[in-house]
Amino acid sequence: MRDTSETEIAVAGQTAIKFTAKDVDVFYGETHAIRGVNVDILDKTVTAFIGPSGCGKTTFLRCLNRMNDTIPICRVTGDIRLDGEDIYDRRVDPVQLRARVGMVFQKPNPFPKSIYDNVAYGPKIHGLAKNRAELDGVVEDALRRAALWTEVKDRLKEPGTGLSGGQQQRLCIARAVATNPEVLLMDEPCSALDPIATAQIEELIDELRENFLVVIVTHSMQQAARVSQRTAFFHLGDLVEYGETGQIFTNPHDPRTESYITGRIG
Amino acid sequence: MTKTNIEAAGWSSDASRLNLRRRRRSETWLKGAGLVAISLAFLMLFTLVASLFATGYQAFRQTHVTIEVTVPAEVTDPGDANWRAIVREAVARLFPEAGDRELRGLSDILSNGAQYIVRDRVSANLSLIGQTFEVKVPVSDPYDQLNKGLIDRATPEANRRVSDDEIAAFDQLVEAGRITRPMNWALLTNVDSRFPELAGLKGALLGSFYALLTCFVISFPIGIGAAIYLEEFAPKNRLSDIIEININNLAAVPSVVFGLLALAVFLNWFGLPRGAPFVGGLTLALMTLPTIIIATRAALKAVPPSIREAALGVGASKQQVVFQHVLPLAMPGILTGTIIGLAQALGETAPLLLIGMNAFITAAPATPFESATALPTQIFIWADSPERGFVSRTSAAILVLLGFLVLMNALAIYLRNRFERRW
Repeated sequence: MRDTSETEIAVAGQTAIKFTAKDVDVFYGETHAIRGVNVDILDKTVTAFIGPSGCGKTTFLRCLNRMNDTIPICRVTGDIRLDGEDIYDRRVDPVQLRARVGMVFQKPNPFPKSIYDNVAYGPKIHGLAKNRAELDGVVEDALRRAALWTEVKDRLKEPGTGLSGGQQQRLCIARAVATNPEVLLMDEPCSALDPIATAQIEELIDELRENFLVVIVTHSMQQAARVSQRTAFFHLGDLVEYGETGQIFTNPHDPRTESYITGRIG
Repeated sequence: MTKTNIEAAGWSSDASRLNLRRRRRSETWLKGAGLVAISLAFLMLFTLVASLFATGYQAFRQTHVTIEVTVPAEVTDPGDANWRAIVREAVARLFPEAGDRELRGLSDILSNGAQYIVRDRVSANLSLIGQTFEVKVPVSDPYDQLNKGLIDRATPEANRRVSDDEIAAFDQLVEAGRITRPMNWALLTNVDSRFPELAGLKGALLGSFYALLTCFVISFPIGIGAAIYLEEFAPKNRLSDIIEININNLAAVPSVVFGLLALAVFLNWFGLPRGAPFVGGLTLALMTLPTIIIATRAALKAVPPSIREAALGVGASKQQVVFQHVLPLAMPGILTGTIIGLAQALGETAPLLLIGMNAFITAAPATPFESATALPTQIFIWADSPERGFVSRTSAAILVLLGFLVLMNALAIYLRNRFERRW
């Protein structure tokens, strides 16, 4: 950690810091899932969380939009700030936070409704569109940003669950971007997809970076190397190393990172 | 390391083959036992339904006799005429050679309700006054039994419901072609009566309908509300555990206990009317509630967590997640559970007996607050009646009740298949 902090500050000078986490611990009942994580995540980047199964990367990701609140036995301590504002503050409404910090899940999970309704749901409940025409615009825009518009524009009324796996996942991305979030969290978004669909999603992630911060949890180190600018390596609940992706993969400072990257642990 | 038997002897050894044969045999045994169990269950069901049909089918037809009635022109008010005399005169016309003495006995061939049937016919059409016209009226129960072959003519006269003379008179009517046996729609359209040939289920059907309606209106929203709170919002602690256990136990409480509770609370304390379908519905709602709560909770649990996460992920509030996503997806399961709960309530007898829905009532209830019987209590009353005609009518009423139960269960299956979603 200490070694990387200087490079971090150097990079931080170029882009704004979006998320700051200080001494974050997460407990599931008695289990200490995450230990003292400190990290600054930069805006308009793709940041990848890598690490072996059960290392806490998904748990930490779910802290960033307070999805862990829905698990009764889960307890989060420490300080997580979004644009300098403590997201665990009493005055912050987790429901609104989740509209600002969108999320895409491991398994495509479209609502069993039409494609249109899937995308329109978020804007509707947050009152982002004044009338039907505006809503149509929001839906089209979100589907375009998720690179799905040309494939589905003629069948918006058909159920979202009838699409292929890759299309469903892009529909979920469209649904997440439709509320105009600042951050997009992705929890292994390609793990249930074939290589072609994966390539489409990765390309899409790269485009999304222009507008928001994307934080992606992935099992595939190649994927982290392909899509991310910054990478964090988690191991057994510790954030072992965090830095520029190139540096992490070519010149890791921590021996554990090196072991994982080269396939000796994991 | 010691070698196992198989390793020592090999897969093709006798020991291995014996083991395989033993496994196959026990599998065959299990299959056989299952088949026997299912066959026994079917046999019992078949016996039940077959015996009901065997006795009940007679009640779906009713022997009628066609009489020629002359309404005197001096009748001005159909409500005030001597219909008894008018009908007796029609009977005399059937047996021209019979004397006054014999005629009194022969009038018993007609149902006691014949005079009212004639009256109602004339009231509906006043132009019949002063005319002679034909009316089909039901025969009284002994002759109905005779016509259906349920009274054995070989029985000695002293042990028979109808005498030799009466049989002769009836046969005379048969020969004259005046006896018919049409569909007995009166079974569904008439209210209860002391005379089997006039008794029908209208009051019981309406009573059951009002009771089920009350039961549904009360238990459906309360049951779903309770289930949603317990499943989605209640903190998981000791108290909610205790509540859950109690609800599950409530489903197993004998129905007669609910009847006693209703008697003590609804009738004696609140002073609600005795024997009213509304009170019956309240009592049945107490029993249906746990069924609906348990079914709803199971249906809510079956909605995949990914749907909840997806909705939470776009910033839906807890309430929006439940009412806009989880509940609609759970609805088929909830409806199935509700219909099965209502079907149970439809067949429930004991609590209704205790709140007085087993009275002899000869008027169909116009509102849920008037005294009435329900289908199961009507069956109870008829089964208890001494008249021969009620034997087949009891079976017929059971068949009607079973028909409604099958219909409701079919609806539950249809709803489940129609709205079932796959993920």
